[in-house]
Amino acid sequence: MNSIITSHIIRFIVLVLFQVIVFNHINFLGYINPYIYIIFVLFFPIKSNRLLFIFLSFLIGLSVDMFSDSGGVHAAASVVIGYARPVFLKSTFGTIYEYNNVKFDDVDFGSKLVYVALLTASHHLVLFTLEIFDISRILIILQNTFFSGIFTILLITLISIIFSRKT
Amino acid sequence: MQQIINFIIKNKNFLLFIVLFGLAMIFTIQSHSYHKSKFINSANSVSGGVYNSVNQISSYFNLKSQNALLAEENNRLNTLLTNNQINTISQLQNKSSIVKFEYTTGNVIRNSYNLSNNFLLINKGEKDSIKQDYGVCSSKGIIGIIDNISNNYATVISILNTKSRISAQLQKTNHYGSLTWDGNSPSIIQLTDVEKVAPVTKGDTIVTSGRSSIFPKGIPVGTVIDSKLDATENFHEINVKLFNDMTNLEHVYIIKNKHKKEIETLLKSIDE
Repeated sequence: MNSIITSHIIRFIVLVLFQVIVFNHINFLGYINPYIYIIFVLFFPIKSNRLLFIFLSFLIGLSVDMFSDSGGVHAAASVVIGYARPVFLKSTFGTIYEYNNVKFDDVDFGSKLVYVALLTASHHLVLFTLEIFDISRILIILQNTFFSGIFTILLITLISIIFSRKT
Repeated sequence: MQQIINFIIKNKNFLLFIVLFGLAMIFTIQSHSYHKSKFINSANSVSGGVYNSVNQISSYFNLKSQNALLAEENNRLNTLLTNNQINTISQLQNKSSIVKFEYTTGNVIRNSYNLSNNFLLINKGEKDSIKQDYGVCSSKGIIGIIDNISNNYATVISILNTKSRISAQLQKTNHYGSLTWDGNSPSIIQLTDVEKVAPVTKGDTIVTSGRSSIFPKGIPVGTVIDSKLDATENFHEINVKLFNDMTNLEHVYIIKNKHKKEIETLLKSIDE
């Protein structure tokens, strides 16, 4: 039990550091950056304390905010997907996820990709809406969401394949 | 009472979500209102320390270009010095009592230019007697205004920030306006509210106006690319190409106006 908690703490810190040091400075085509820290929220164990999970997803967003001087946009976006995760789980893996002990390593690739894509899209939409904060620039919001979203989904899929425990 | 407690227990997830989301929204809105000290900012010892140690390594990558910039500036200043017959440094130092603007050097340890509200982090803070609202410029032109300060670090509102407003003018004439950024290109900013009668031509130089107590007059900003009249047809809206490459910043100067307090108390007495 203790080693699980430690591994989650390490994962938290490593993801935040990688996000702010490496991935915030990619600037592909000038402005496209992936936001890979949401892996923490995406692949957090399903059978866990809901309150703690919502709080942790808030905390990881806030840490990224602190480093990138963006007010509270990352915190808001990641707390939204943290709270809404069960809905997405149900829609992609079916209702069985509640009764069966679904592990992210075991589910088939297709539904996992859909799950990642849906959560990433909602996260990025909230993120860029709050960051730009101007509804008249909705096209730029959607454009950023789309391009950054593709980048993030690609990277998250890659990372989850590389670090998958299934051999 | 029992029912209230039951309600809270039943909806505890949703309530926690609302509280945290509200908190995040407050931080966000606070960051969108100009110049309010933010509770969450990168000028603290944790993020400042991380960025500082990363910068110690990454600053080697553009050492050559930064050296070239500094040499170029030295060259320019030397030319000025010799042509103005100020031969000794002591002569300059004796004048320090009447110098109105003081410069402190600093290093940019974090730079951002791809968001709509960009901030920089520099490695000078309260310890170096830096305060909020000091101006920041580089050898080529203006960069921004100091926002939050901690002991060792300070954040700078970049001119590439949609909330930033800095007064600037045409170099030829004294027609002035305010510098804003539309959030599109990191090398082009906008000069708005310039009177219609001002003669604006392509290639004109834009400098700071010295109307605020933050920047002295005449710090270079950029050159005019094109201009058009705004919706009311009373003011010019000018696209300005920056002299500074905002994507490659290292050495900056922090400008302290010694007469700032005096100016501010004077203005306050007018308001009252």
